[in-house]
Amino acid sequence: MPGYIILGTLIIIIGWIVLAYNNLIKLRIRAENGWSQIDIQLKRRHDLIPNLVNTVKGYAAHEKEVFETITKYRSMAMSANNMEEKGNAEGHLTESLNKLMAVVENYPQLKANQNFLALQEELTTTENKIAFARQFYNDTVMRYNTAMQSFPTNIIANIFNFKQKEFLLFPGDRANVNVSFGGSA
Amino acid sequence: MNFYEVQTRNKWRTIFLIVIFTVILTFLGYMLDFYIFHDKFPYMTIIAIIIGSSQSVLGYFYGDKMVLNSVHARKPDPTQIKEKQLVDTVDEMAIAAGLPTPKVYIMDDPAPNAFATGRDPAHASVCATTGLLKLLSRDELQGVIGHEVTHIRHRDILTMTMVAALAGAIAILAAIARGAMYFGSGGGDDDDNRGGGNIVLFIVFILLAIFVPIITNLLALAVSRSREYAADAGSAELTRNPLALASALRKIAEGPKMKKVNQGVAHLFIADPHKKRLGEKDSLWADIFSTHPPISKRINILEQMAHKYA
Repeated sequence: MPGYIILGTLIIIIGWIVLAYNNLIKLRIRAENGWSQIDIQLKRRHDLIPNLVNTVKGYAAHEKEVFETITKYRSMAMSANNMEEKGNAEGHLTESLNKLMAVVENYPQLKANQNFLALQEELTTTENKIAFARQFYNDTVMRYNTAMQSFPTNIIANIFNFKQKEFLLFPGDRANVNVSFGGSA
Repeated sequence: MNFYEVQTRNKWRTIFLIVIFTVILTFLGYMLDFYIFHDKFPYMTIIAIIIGSSQSVLGYFYGDKMVLNSVHARKPDPTQIKEKQLVDTVDEMAIAAGLPTPKVYIMDDPAPNAFATGRDPAHASVCATTGLLKLLSRDELQGVIGHEVTHIRHRDILTMTMVAALAGAIAILAAIARGAMYFGSGGGDDDDNRGGGNIVLFIVFILLAIFVPIITNLLALAVSRSREYAADAGSAELTRNPLALASALRKIAEGPKMKKVNQGVAHLFIADPHKKRLGEKDSLWADIFSTHPPISKRINILEQMAHKYA
């Protein structure tokens, strides 16, 4: 009889280990997928910027300051080595692109240019995708880290050497979580 | 309720729906055999079961295509900035929800409306009218698409698409039954093997032939209203901007009626395409007989949510 009790307990423990392990793996994969989506969108934004800046320059050449900050943060973002540097540079890039779009409002000719309108939509959707991909990634990382730290899942996490993941934070995150961009239709 | 629970509940609802549908069909077939075709072999019962099961399988695999064909949906034209915006917002909301990007379709109709269909997130489509693209701002459009993507995320689309596929089949069979009854009734009286107890069954049959289409509609409606509220909430969660969806719903409510949309697919849309007045009432009767919750109530809830995200 005690044999059955030990066997039963063993089965329950092993079953729980399998479930807890699988749940951690699932969250980790989801976070990694979320990260690759962010990466795709950030690269797309880097590729988009030279074209956008050149188009706006044609109409608003003397807004030098805005162009310079954008170029600066773009190269900073592209050469960032860690999550914190990346978050900082990309966050500032978002802010300076916001500024550019605000400046554009003063140039009605630019707003009538079909090529620019297509670029503007491209930038708007890329900015939104970055914001939403970040939202999804950070939410998933939070759930993953919480699961890893809470008892008794932390035992599994230690045994199988799961590592915590870093959030991708932008400088403006504490002030304003939702970056609203280009609401004009 | 978290959305995993919603998904499980939707799976059971779909199974329940298919069972009910098959039972109704089998009963219709059996009644036809019993009262109209007095054969030893139950041809009609078997035919009804075959139609029922094949329609279920077809609905599962091709329901989305049937629905998209029935509303004459077409592919978007990315050179049109508004249609490009639709493609972009669908992509954005899919990223926010962590889902594969659904296929995008457009209906040429000046009435603002949209729906989602498909059997699972990997086989999902989102369709919007040209009227929606014309009347809504980008943020409002994003709210509407967030609502549709939430239907995909909750697996509402399978249930909704199956309802559309099965309701069509039942309507056709009920029409056949009514026709058969009409010309079969004379012969029935002459038959001598009709017992008194069978009169009751016969009355049930008549009632069924008349009410079966209504019953299927009710099935669709019962599951349709609550999920609209859930999809609104899901959209607010994705966009963090419930006021944009609220103002989109206001514009949709003020827009014109849709043209050719049949009853079988009406419940798929974000707002009642026929704009029945009943839908705007908040009563038990409206709860039972209307596909969509009152827009004014939905707007109220969204405005309350705005405080949460402010």
